[in-house]
Amino acid sequence: MDTMRDRLAPTVSRLLDEDPRVAVVLAEIGKDGFAEALRRHPGRVLNVGIREQLLVGVGAGLALTGMRPVLHTFASFLVERPFEQVKLDLGHQGVGAVLVSAAASYDWPAGGYTHMAPGDVALLDTLDGWTVHVPGHPDEAETLLRHAVAAGDDKVYVRLSTQSNAQARPVDGQGFRPVREGRSAVVVAVGPLLEPVLAATEGLDVTVLYATTVRPFDAAALRRATAAARADVVLVEPYLAGTSVGAANDALADVPHRVLGLGVGRAELRRYGTVAEHTAAHGLDARSLRERISGFLGGGTAA
Amino acid sequence: MTITEESGRVHGYADLRRLMGLMTGDEKHGPAATSTLDVLWVLYDRVLRVRPERREDPERDRFLLSKGHGPMAYYAVLAAKGFLPVEWLPRFGAYDSPLGHHPDRMLVPGAEIGSGSLGHGLPIAVGTALGLRAQGLHGPRVWTLIGDAELDEGSNHEAIAYAGPTGLENLHTVVVDNSSASHARPGGIAARFEAAGWSAAAVDGRDHEALYAAFTAPHPGRPHVVVARVEPKNS
Repeated sequence: MDTMRDRLAPTVSRLLDEDPRVAVVLAEIGKDGFAEALRRHPGRVLNVGIREQLLVGVGAGLALTGMRPVLHTFASFLVERPFEQVKLDLGHQGVGAVLVSAAASYDWPAGGYTHMAPGDVALLDTLDGWTVHVPGHPDEAETLLRHAVAAGDDKVYVRLSTQSNAQARPVDGQGFRPVREGRSAVVVAVGPLLEPVLAATEGLDVTVLYATTVRPFDAAALRRATAAARADVVLVEPYLAGTSVGAANDALADVPHRVLGLGVGRAELRRYGTVAEHTAAHGLDARSLRERISGFLGGGTAA
Repeated sequence: MTITEESGRVHGYADLRRLMGLMTGDEKHGPAATSTLDVLWVLYDRVLRVRPERREDPERDRFLLSKGHGPMAYYAVLAAKGFLPVEWLPRFGAYDSPLGHHPDRMLVPGAEIGSGSLGHGLPIAVGTALGLRAQGLHGPRVWTLIGDAELDEGSNHEAIAYAGPTGLENLHTVVVDNSSASHARPGGIAARFEAAGWSAAAVDGRDHEALYAAFTAPHPGRPHVVVARVEPKNS
């Protein structure tokens, strides 16, 4: 299967053909995919070199002239390194852009911590007005990229990963969708962690909500689900553990509830190896998830 | 906005110190507070093709004040040129004043960017120049003003090193040099731009004719920097 990132250049290249407002800004990473688009639209496909502060500043300048910039590089160099540019050049200037990241939390484990960005969504949470899409499949990535570019002048982050579900689900760029109904708890599975969550909760009497657009947080869907089940909530996120715990608490502020936030650990592992090994190390494989979710629910909730 | 008699009247260079005094309650200013004054005046009076009624015109020239610290001279020039009412000046920095100690483009009519954190204006100016070019708008020119110490910020060097080799001709930078950088070499400012392929001129930042000549010098195929030297900040 191709990866989400394999869909980026073809999808955005078509958008460049369709919409003269669209521009792409790169910082070397990912430029090969845009070679043909560069030939067709030399003024709107820009590679600024290995300069990530400039990457975001240029995006802001393009937006100030009325364009719809799409910026792409690895998450650590798109959100973390130029974070002040994201805060000031976009948010403070009142302009928008589409930020599309690759490499996610640990897509390249052998590359080590320098290329891991589990904190990207939590960082964006310190800012106002960001939409965050976390697709779980290349088809979903394509749909969400189109939604992101079409979202007026909004600030949108699209988090692409090599980790993926085997099967694509319908996504609409908005809320959470129930994929399994139960009565004892609600498990929110984000993006590529849906299938591990479905495997982990097999036979448990829980609702599983699938989240690919995590900001704004779909409080209404969580409230609906917890009204039908118990207000015990497990969040399973492919980035920093607990990133959405505050949002879930806010959604349920007026009802007694419990929330468990599972995700990538804060501690630096200093390990290389494979994605599967890191997933297990963070307790996000199906077996670990089942253990942790069952433990939270009180053990013997298997149907 | 109501154009009052004060706002409506024509102000000249001689009025700028009085306008600045409305913000500071002081008719006298040290050189640091006015290091940008002459540069700003010559740009807005004779170079930039932008007027208050053309603030949204895609064909206007863009001026991005990157050195947002000490913006009294900027506000005074914007008021003198009718972008904002003179009546706003005395409430400089008040809670509900549009005029902060660093400018905010969402609040200040005519301000193309909000600034304050150093090293943001030049990269945004590069993007603005690229955006105009991509849309076939070859008339408008993009200007940004930075300080000599602001050049310490590495983000500027990302922009300088990109704009030169890509021949971004509609991009202009003016560096107001009041020797405020702690670590600098004589001639180092222009040299850094020239090494990246920019057209460069260094002039007396108080000499209006010299500034005008440097601002309007042709620079085909290259971005242009003007280093405007003024009296040292700590002299």
